[in-house]
Amino acid sequence: MTAANLTSVAQAEQGTSLWKDAWRRLRKNRLALFGLAVLTAFILIALLTPWLAPYAYDSQNLDLGASPPSAEHWLGTDIFGRDLLTQIMYGGRISLAVGFVATAVALVIGVTWGAVAGYVGGRVDAVMMRLVDILYALPFMIFIVLLMVVFGRNLLLLFLAIGAVEWLTMARIMRGQVQSLRQQEFVEAAVSLGLSPATIVRRHLVPNALGPIIVYTTLTIPSVMLLEAFLSFLGLGVQPPATSWGLLISYGAETMEEYPWLLIFPGAALTLTLFALNFLGDGLRDALDVRGSGD
Amino acid sequence: MWRFVVGRLLQAIPVILAVITVTFFLVRIAPGGPFDSEKAVIPEVKAALEAQYRLDLPLGQQYLAYLGDLAQGELGPSFKYPGRSVNELIAAGLPATAELGAYALLVAVVLGGLAGVVASLKPNSAQDYIPMSVAMIGICMPTFLLGPLLVLLFGIHLEWLPVAGWGDIPGDKILPSLTLGAAYAAYIARLSRAGMLEVMSQDYIRTARAKGLPEWQVVTRHALRGGLIPVVAFLGPAFAGLLAGSFVVETIFQIPGLGRFYVQAAFNRDYTMILGTTVFLSTLIVLFNLLSDILAAWLNPRLRAQYGEA
Repeated sequence: MTAANLTSVAQAEQGTSLWKDAWRRLRKNRLALFGLAVLTAFILIALLTPWLAPYAYDSQNLDLGASPPSAEHWLGTDIFGRDLLTQIMYGGRISLAVGFVATAVALVIGVTWGAVAGYVGGRVDAVMMRLVDILYALPFMIFIVLLMVVFGRNLLLLFLAIGAVEWLTMARIMRGQVQSLRQQEFVEAAVSLGLSPATIVRRHLVPNALGPIIVYTTLTIPSVMLLEAFLSFLGLGVQPPATSWGLLISYGAETMEEYPWLLIFPGAALTLTLFALNFLGDGLRDALDVRGSGD
Repeated sequence: MWRFVVGRLLQAIPVILAVITVTFFLVRIAPGGPFDSEKAVIPEVKAALEAQYRLDLPLGQQYLAYLGDLAQGELGPSFKYPGRSVNELIAAGLPATAELGAYALLVAVVLGGLAGVVASLKPNSAQDYIPMSVAMIGICMPTFLLGPLLVLLFGIHLEWLPVAGWGDIPGDKILPSLTLGAAYAAYIARLSRAGMLEVMSQDYIRTARAKGLPEWQVVTRHALRGGLIPVVAFLGPAFAGLLAGSFVVETIFQIPGLGRFYVQAAFNRDYTMILGTTVFLSTLIVLFNLLSDILAAWLNPRLRAQYGEA
């Protein structure tokens, strides 16, 4: 047992200390802190974009055309004379929103599914997890492309389609957690107090499984954002007049020979966010002492 | 071992059937018929077309007829390219895609495996940190960004390599293969490092050292086999990712492969083409997953013992 573990045992008697302890360990991880800072900044910027953006979303200066970074346009302008910084800020709102909303969808489905399977057990569990196994084997990337083609390129559907793909691992993790937790005395105590299964799952099992859930959620967001960007790059995701980082990268790639900044800045925004989320996820895994089943 | 193989094969069948069924009905419930165009089509012509594509039959019969076709390896005609079948289009696109995928896989396994093994031999040294930091960049940098950036650097600024094409100019296969393989090289580097670290602390490695084998032989003859099991198990999912990645890479580098056909079919709403390609690619992915599972099991002596030798 390491020193860190010993302190966590000692502190466990003080109630909320798991989180305090995790936070102390996270604070020592510079990369994770950097990720947290970048992420917080980007989220704040995304929330405040309508007030922070230097230009209106639809403002353009056709006479200017594509111009390199300058004092008026910090990141330059695109071929229609639109301010690139403004475009990236508005695009970031969509990219981040897809990341968070689709992950939330996956979280709700996965946690519910896994908790029910793990708590009820028996034949219900066998059937539910067998279904997860079958879905796991389906090539989902191709299915999402198919869904986007069949149902038109609609943002809401994009959320749902991506969320519907990403819940599987969450369900497996949750089931494993619930299975090990339900043997413990505090759950027996809750049962003998006459609490309903739904209450036990909500009040006792989910809070105790929060560590792995948080870690896996942090690592799901970047993979979701990558998926959105991939679809948008192919023209099957976010559609103009809306924009996202994936779409901006795809425009930038078309004209990169003449106007490389149109590729590099949106690319940097996306890569930086993915970096931040991955570092934060890895840091949280170490801080919360979760053995990941994700990789 | 055979029981394991047969068991896995039997598991793959419902999955493939599910893929076919879901894809078929998804495509059929899509809004807008394939022959609804701006121009009014003469009713007789439309009826003849619908009969040719069996759209006049009830949905259930269409499905059964499609299954019958598939059983004979017939993926159906294309809506958009009259006179050409999905089989022909796949045959035209598959060679380029397969070659691209094979090179990318080679890049991934060789570069990634090498980086991971090298890093694992001296953990927490520069020899570990440098390749692993590069791998982190590889994981975070999406294919569709890496590709254009490589083109910008090696194709346009340095003018070392061609910027597009496939098999037209010498060297034009290098950039696409690197682009597609990079992310998987990064994953494999991480996996093989973790796998090797675990294996190197096992008793049988200590035994190998104790009997006086030089370190490089300990690594190549004893550690690699166990250390690379996670990598082999990863190859199945990686194959699915490589196929999806090839959609992007083929678009960027204008390679006439399956991925590009698929994306074009998606834009053209060429439903039979989408259906046929989805079924084909999905089956391929399921089979590759199967292969990678079997290979990983065969490499793992514990699993082999459990199912008995051959």
